[in-house]
Amino acid sequence: MKIYRTHVLVAEDNKSLLKGAKEIEELFIKEIKEFGLENEVFITPTGSLGFEDVGIAIAVYPEGIVYAPVEKRDVKEIVKEHFLKGRVIERLAKTFLKGEVQISSTKAEQIFATQTRIVLRNVGLINPESIDDYIGRDGYTALEKSIESGPEWVIDELKKSELKGRGGAGFPSGRKLEFTAKASDPVKYIICNADEGEPGTFKDREIMEGDPHSLIEGMIIAAFSTRASYGYIYIRGEYDLSISRLEKAINDARSYGLLGENILGSGFNFDIEIKKGAGAYICGEETALIESIEGKRGEPRKKPPYPPTCGLWGKPTVINNVETLVNIPPIIENGADWYKKFGVAGSYGTKVFSLMGDLNWKGIIEVPFGTPLSYIIDEIGGGVKEGKRLKGVILGGVSGSLITPEQLDTPVDFNSLATIEAGPGSGAIIAFDEDRCIVDVAKNIAYFFRHESCGKCTPCRVGTEQIYEIIEWITKGEGRISDLDTLEKLGDDLKLTSFCGLGQTAPNIVVQSLAKFTTEWIEHIKEKKCRAGVCQMTLEEVKNG
Amino acid sequence: MKERSLIDKLHEVQNGSKENYISKSEALKVSKRSKTPLAEIYGVLTFYTLFSEKPRGKHIIRVCRSLSCHMADANKIIGKLKETLGINVGETTFDKEFTLEESSCLGMCSVSPALMIDDIPFGNVEIDEIPEIIKKVKGGEL
Repeated sequence: MKIYRTHVLVAEDNKSLLKGAKEIEELFIKEIKEFGLENEVFITPTGSLGFEDVGIAIAVYPEGIVYAPVEKRDVKEIVKEHFLKGRVIERLAKTFLKGEVQISSTKAEQIFATQTRIVLRNVGLINPESIDDYIGRDGYTALEKSIESGPEWVIDELKKSELKGRGGAGFPSGRKLEFTAKASDPVKYIICNADEGEPGTFKDREIMEGDPHSLIEGMIIAAFSTRASYGYIYIRGEYDLSISRLEKAINDARSYGLLGENILGSGFNFDIEIKKGAGAYICGEETALIESIEGKRGEPRKKPPYPPTCGLWGKPTVINNVETLVNIPPIIENGADWYKKFGVAGSYGTKVFSLMGDLNWKGIIEVPFGTPLSYIIDEIGGGVKEGKRLKGVILGGVSGSLITPEQLDTPVDFNSLATIEAGPGSGAIIAFDEDRCIVDVAKNIAYFFRHESCGKCTPCRVGTEQIYEIIEWITKGEGRISDLDTLEKLGDDLKLTSFCGLGQTAPNIVVQSLAKFTTEWIEHIKEKKCRAGVCQMTLEEVKNG
Repeated sequence: MKERSLIDKLHEVQNGSKENYISKSEALKVSKRSKTPLAEIYGVLTFYTLFSEKPRGKHIIRVCRSLSCHMADANKIIGKLKETLGINVGETTFDKEFTLEESSCLGMCSVSPALMIDDIPFGNVEIDEIPEIIKKVKGGEL
């Protein structure tokens, strides 16, 4: 293998590709040749660098300098000044975030330094389309170790690590695998839930676009431990780049003997197929997802029986979120004791979050469990934009919980969050500033659930519709004070009587906002006043608020 | 294993349709071939938002209206698209070039407001660039 003095990583995710990242990469290769540096500087594509807002970004190692945005006309200058003469171009390394905030190149490194990357260990560092890159970063060694040590050892180690599911429910992953491993049926399945539909969540997309092999490896190990012979990755139809990168990864793994028959000479046979979804939020619910893979309407099934004993086509099936599976290889490779050095009791390891809203810095981050929410908002997110005050944070997506600034010091882990009736959920963090209208936020969320309710059970089908209608009246200035009680009552009904998690969590944010921002709701009704000036309070307002 | 589900088949039919939809005659063909009642086929096809039983334009524009895009004024994006194309959400332009749709979430929250035209994602969309985007897509430049 050739050794290069400088490594240049060009971030090529679905957004930067659109802006011409591939052309930038080619231009760099051309310029490098022009200056005779082709034996010294290595150019390679990678996944998102985490700076999503900035157009095309490149990272230069070993210096760790990030240039963004890089335009075609900058390429020559970067090659000549930086790669040839070794001078960092401050001008390009400085202007991030469209000039709203000045972040120096050292700050870019700080953003990474504030994080602990286990799940995202390779994202932004390797070429996601190269299996050799992944293997070069110790990829597939955890699979070898699993095969040497046996399925029972794998499950024991995962149980010891206390890894919990990252899809929202937080069920212990090792135990889930054990249930399926113990099922006696000769046919078993493993499913990766990559139907990331929770508004505000896009972490799994970044993982799949940036490091698809870590997901494949995690799935093979999980399958090996349960003796599942076939796996499905159920992925959103909208995630085209994830689908094509995963397809390539699966084919490459197959040609390396890591998938297919007699994997690494172990006698274990396993293969993976991608199933493309067709646009339905409910399919993130595991039994609805199973129905969808079977080709049916994605309506949830009655539980029990649970999937580990009776899942896809009635066979024992283990379903895990992308992030959960990507945690498996590092745990197997380094051991449960190593893993438990991260995080806090009850929530070991790290959590990947999608950080967005009215913050100075938006993107995907990974922090150890137990990190206070305030640290995420202020240190990593750079605080609220334009120096405004924080009004609230929606944690875990629109089915999650509403956190007020007073609760911001709560550590983000399962137990601490439970004390304020919250949870990490899907990993979405949406911050909003003092100028946002809480009724408008609630209305957007209600609109979402009204559309995404699958219609199977009455409380959810009718309740989500009613909640939306009532909020719509209020935003038009037609609300009555009794509506607030009705909303609360409806919230209780949905929570207690809906068939599945969708209906049970649909009213969460609406109901919490009634309690936490009561005055604002009352103002809308009594004074017909929207302090943020968002709700028009007139009858003519169009229906897509 | 490796057998195509009804959803896979419907994806194929729709991808093969010039008008981006599943016609009744195609649905009938699927029904006959797979020995599945037509009612079941329509049950599935009307359940998922990516399928359409109505003819659509050559290009499908999907505007994200999740909370993060909503906070980034996705409404104005939808408004500008309606104005530029002269249609409402759910409608197709007269020249059958574009259909305007909404999406619950495109998973591009860090670059909100976001939209997709066919399989091309657009992030940090600004209202002023919409006519240009439409022109480029129509001219086959994107």
